[in-house]
Amino acid sequence: MPKNVELYVGLNDNLEKITSFIPDNEPKPWDGKDNLKYIGNRVPRIDGHLKTTGKAKYSFDIQLAGMLYGRILRSPYPSAIVKKIDYSKAAKYPGVKAIVLMSDDLPMQVRYAGQEILGIAADTINHANEAVKLIEIEYEKLEFVVDVDKARRPFSHVVHDSSVQRVTTEGDTEEEDEDYVKQTGNIRGPIIETKPEDISENDIDSLLDKCDIVHRATYKTQVQTHCALETHGVVAHWLDNDKLKVWASTQGTFSVREELAEYFNLPESNIQVITEFMGGGFGAKFGSGVYGVMAARLARKTNLPVRLMLDRKEEHLCVGNRPNSVQNYSIGTNKDGTLKAVKLIAYGTAGVGTGAGAGGPARGIYRPEMVYTSESDIFINAGPGAAFRAPGHPQGTFGFEQAIDETAYRVGIDPLEFRLINTTFDEVRQYELKRGAKKIGWNKRAKKANSDAGPIKRGLGVANSLWYYWYGRGHIVTIYILKDGSVQLLNGAQDIGGGITTILAMVVAEELCLKVEDINVKFGDTNLGQGPASGGSVTTASLTPAARKAAYAAKMKMFDIAAPLLNTEARNLSLSDGKIFITDEPNNSLTWNQVASKIEGSQITATGERIKDSRINGVRWWISGVQFADVSVDVETGDVKINKIVAVHDCGRPMDRLTLESQVHGGVIQGISYALYEDRILDRNTGIMVNPNLEQYKIAGSLDIPEIDCEIVDFNQSQNASGAVGIGEPATIPTSAAIANAIYNAIGVRVRELPMTPDRILNALYDRAGS
Amino acid sequence: MKKFEYAQPKSIDEVFQYLEDPDSVIKSGGIDLLDLMKEDLIAPKRLVNIRSINQLSFVRENEDGTISIGPNVTLSELADNEIITKYFPALREAARLIATPQIRNAATIGGNLCQRSRCWYFRSIDFDCSRKGGSHCYALFGENKYHAVLGAKSGCAIVQPSGTAVALMSLNAVLVISNGKNEKQLDLNEFYVEPAQDITKETILENNELIVEIIIPKEMRNYKNRYIKLKEKQSYDWPLADVAVALKMNGIKCEEANVILGSAAPIPWKSKEAEFELKGNRITKELARKAGEASMEEAFPLAENKYKIRLFKIVVYRAICEAIGINPYT
Repeated sequence: MPKNVELYVGLNDNLEKITSFIPDNEPKPWDGKDNLKYIGNRVPRIDGHLKTTGKAKYSFDIQLAGMLYGRILRSPYPSAIVKKIDYSKAAKYPGVKAIVLMSDDLPMQVRYAGQEILGIAADTINHANEAVKLIEIEYEKLEFVVDVDKARRPFSHVVHDSSVQRVTTEGDTEEEDEDYVKQTGNIRGPIIETKPEDISENDIDSLLDKCDIVHRATYKTQVQTHCALETHGVVAHWLDNDKLKVWASTQGTFSVREELAEYFNLPESNIQVITEFMGGGFGAKFGSGVYGVMAARLARKTNLPVRLMLDRKEEHLCVGNRPNSVQNYSIGTNKDGTLKAVKLIAYGTAGVGTGAGAGGPARGIYRPEMVYTSESDIFINAGPGAAFRAPGHPQGTFGFEQAIDETAYRVGIDPLEFRLINTTFDEVRQYELKRGAKKIGWNKRAKKANSDAGPIKRGLGVANSLWYYWYGRGHIVTIYILKDGSVQLLNGAQDIGGGITTILAMVVAEELCLKVEDINVKFGDTNLGQGPASGGSVTTASLTPAARKAAYAAKMKMFDIAAPLLNTEARNLSLSDGKIFITDEPNNSLTWNQVASKIEGSQITATGERIKDSRINGVRWWISGVQFADVSVDVETGDVKINKIVAVHDCGRPMDRLTLESQVHGGVIQGISYALYEDRILDRNTGIMVNPNLEQYKIAGSLDIPEIDCEIVDFNQSQNASGAVGIGEPATIPTSAAIANAIYNAIGVRVRELPMTPDRILNALYDRAGS
Repeated sequence: MKKFEYAQPKSIDEVFQYLEDPDSVIKSGGIDLLDLMKEDLIAPKRLVNIRSINQLSFVRENEDGTISIGPNVTLSELADNEIITKYFPALREAARLIATPQIRNAATIGGNLCQRSRCWYFRSIDFDCSRKGGSHCYALFGENKYHAVLGAKSGCAIVQPSGTAVALMSLNAVLVISNGKNEKQLDLNEFYVEPAQDITKETILENNELIVEIIIPKEMRNYKNRYIKLKEKQSYDWPLADVAVALKMNGIKCEEANVILGSAAPIPWKSKEAEFELKGNRITKELARKAGEASMEEAFPLAENKYKIRLFKIVVYRAICEAIGINPYT
C-alpha cells in the first residue's frame, strides 16, 4: 500500500508543498524542512586516517604467498603485422614461469603503439621486465595515421578495414540510437541529433539566415589521458580450477566479475572481485581489461596468484583517454540577445575506438528554437578512448560556452546577462549565476576586453555546465544489527575516492540516531550485494536511498522487539540518541543496546533495494552548475595565472558537504590542468607518444592551483528517500571554458584551442590568424 | 632495471679507485641517474655513491675573496645559503626554481650541472636518436615545441636544462675537475659540448673525472646579477626560457655584461650579441629591449618553437631591468 506524504521541495528556502506517494516500506523522503544531524553537514571521511597513514591497502599493495608478477609486451609500432614471435630466450630467463600469447594465430595486426602482444609472469617484477626484453618479434611495419585531420582524407591510410561497433562502459553517457552508423575510410558517422526531432540541416541553416547575428567559429580540444594515481591492474588468484578471486583497481567490481565470468565461461557466483581501496579511475577502469584477463590466464597457467599492474607509460598509451575534438559552431541570435539557433558540426578521435562526441552541452544548456548537432568519430592509430569524467562535456563546453560568450560580445550584452536571459526556465541556474557573480566580483569586471595598462592583464569569465540526473536500480544495501547493538552496512560497490562509504554511514547513522563512527561499513566486494559501477556520477544517487531504506527496515525490526517489552505497539515507538521510547511517553524507554540484546539469534538483517524514484513528475533530468574564473595574463610571455575559481553547483540534497567540496576541488583542479597543461603528443613521423610520463605530460601541481571558492546549493526534490544526486563529473565540466572566457576578457583575443599554453596565447595575440 | 653494485666509498681517493673501472658511474643525489636507469637508457654495473662524502659538501668564502661550492651541496642548501643569497641572487633564484622541494632536497649542484638533456626523443628508448648513436635527430622535423632555437643546426636540437649552469656561467664560474691524479681548472663556459663537437655527450667530463669544486671569482660580487625562468607550470616543470644576466655597473653605465640563455640551445648559450649591446653603454629600458632583440638575432627556430624567440627577447629585457632595479612592467 503506497503512503501519501506531504513534502516541501525547492531551491534553498524557496519551498513548495507537494504530495507524493511512496511505498509503505520506505520512510518519508527528506525534504526542505528536515534539519538533519549529519546529512548536509561536514563529516570527515571514515577512512581518512587509513589513507593518510598508509594503512589503507590498495590492489597495488596486495601481496600473496607465492605471488608472481605479470608484464605485458606491447607493440612499439602504431601499425604493423606481427609475423613471428620467438620467446625461447625469455622462457629460459631466471624466474619466468609462464608466457601467454594474445593470439595464437599469427600473423596478427596491431593498430596502435602499445597494443598487447603477450603476457609473461615471473617471480619478481625485475625478472619479468628483463625477460620481456629477450623476446624477439618480427614485425612488418605498415602505414599509419595519427593526425585527426589527415585521417579524414579519402586517401589516408585506413585504420580499420571492417566496420567498428561502439563499445560502451558504465561511464559512457550518450547512447547510440542508430543500429548502423555509416563508416567511410576512417570516418564513422555522422550521428545527427536535433531539437526539435527530425529537422534537417537546411532547416537550421535557413533559421540561421534569419537571425540578426550569427557567430561562427571553430574550437579544438586535445587528447587528455586519465592519469589516476593508482595504475590499472589486478591480482588474480585461482582458489580452485573454477573459482577465481581478484583484487582489482576498478570503478566497477561487478563489471569486472561479469567480464571475467564471460571470458572464462564460469558462473558469476564463482568469481569474487575485491576493491577495498581505490586510487582513482575517472572512467577508464570499468571491466576486467585486457590486463585483467591476462593476469587471470597467467595465474591459471601457473597455478599461482599473479599481480599485474600497469606502469605509467602503459597508462598513457593503452587504457583510455579523453578524445580530442574539432567543433565548428554557428550560433544565431536576435539583437535583443534571444538565442535562436545552435548548429554544431564536430569530429574527434578516440584512437582505434569510438566515443568522440562533444554535442551534449550544445543540445542541453539552453533551449533555442532549433539545435542541430552532427558528430563523427575519426579513427587513428592510437590507443582507444574511454569514458572520462563527464564524457564529451569538458570538450563540448570549452567550445560551446566560448561560442556563447563570443556571441554575447557580438550582440553587445554582458556575457553573464546573456546567459541569464537564455536560461529563465532553469531557476537553479539563475540562482547559481547570480550567486557566483557576487562571489567573483563580476560588477568590478572590465566591460571592455583588454582594459588593463601594462603587460599583465586581468579578466573574469563565466561558463555553464550541464549534467544529468542518473541512478541505477536493483542495488542492495544490507544492514546487520548485532546483539551487542553494533551496526554493519554491506554493499559490493567500490569507493572510487569520492567518499561513498562515509556518506552511507551518515545516512544510516541519521536514520538510526547513532553516531557515524558506530556504523561499520563493509564495502568493495562482490560477495556483499549488488552495487553500481561508479560512472555517470550515479554512486551516491544509487546507494543512499537503498541505505536509508535498509536502515528504516532495521529500525522497524528493532521496534518490533522493543514494543512488547514496553507494552505497546511498534507504531507507537520513536528513536532518538541511543534510545527507543514511546512517542507520547518519552520517559518510557529502553536503550538501543537493551533492545539489541533481545535479538533472536545473533543479528537483525535488513535490506534496502534501489528501485525507481517515488517522485518523477516535476523532477529535473539534469543538473546545472556554473563556474567563474579570475585570471591574469602576461601578454609578453603568454603566461596565464589563475587567481581564483568560483564554483557553484547543485546536486539535489547535499549529503556530506566536506566530501562534496573535495569532489568539486578535484574537478576544478582537473579542469585547470585540462585548460592549461595536459596534452598527449604523438610524434608525427613515427606515431609514437613522446610524453608518456608525468614529467612531459604536464598536470597541474600545487603551485598552479588557485583559491577555489566552492558553494553547493540546497535543492530538495525529495524524489526518493535520500534525494541525493551525483557531483563527480559536473565539477570538472565548465572550468576550461570559464578560464578561456576570462582570458578573452583580459587580453581581448580568443584562444580557441586547448591547452591554452604560452605559445598558443602568444600566437593568438601576435599571429592574428588565430583570432 | 638491471642489477647493479652499489659502492660506498669513504674518501675521495676511494671514489677515484672505483672510477678506474669504466663501468662505474658517480651517484650523488641520484635524481637524473635513476631516471636514466629506469628508462633503460643506461645500465651501469656499479654506482659509486659520493653523497656521504662530507668533504664535497661546502660553501665557503676563501681568503682570496673567491666563493667555493662543493659538488655535493644540494639545491635547497644552495638556495638557503647566506653567502649565495647575499652576493648571487641569480644563482639562488636558479636553485630555488628547480623542480620540487623534494627534488631540491636530494639533487646536488654537481649533478645539476652534469644532468643530461630532457629531450623526449633522447629520454625514450622508443627513439634511436643521433645522441644515442642513431641515424638522425627526431626533433628537427618532429615535435619540437620545447627544443632549441639556437645552435641546433648541427644535427641535434636538445636544450641544456640546467638552470644553475646558466646562473653560474653568468658569474664566470670555474670548475675544478679531478681524476684523482691531476686537477684542472676549467671555465664553465668550456664545460659544455656542442653537438658539432661530439653529439653523444653534453659535457667534457670523462667517466673517471669528478667535479670537486665550483669557484666564483671575487670580482663577481660586484656584478648585479639576476635570473628569470619561464615555465608552463609553476610546480615541477622545465623552463621554456631562462636567462641569467650579470652586469658590472659604473653608475648607470655598464662596464661588463654577461647574458646567458638557458633552454635555448644544446649548451648554455652566451649571447655575445646582447652583451655587445650592453657593454660600455648607459642602460635604459630601451637598451635592455634592444639587447633582448639582439639575443635572438641568430635564432633559427623549428616548426613549433617560434614563440620561444619572443620569450627570450622579453626575458632578457626583464632580467637586465631587474638586475639594475628598473621596473620592466611599466
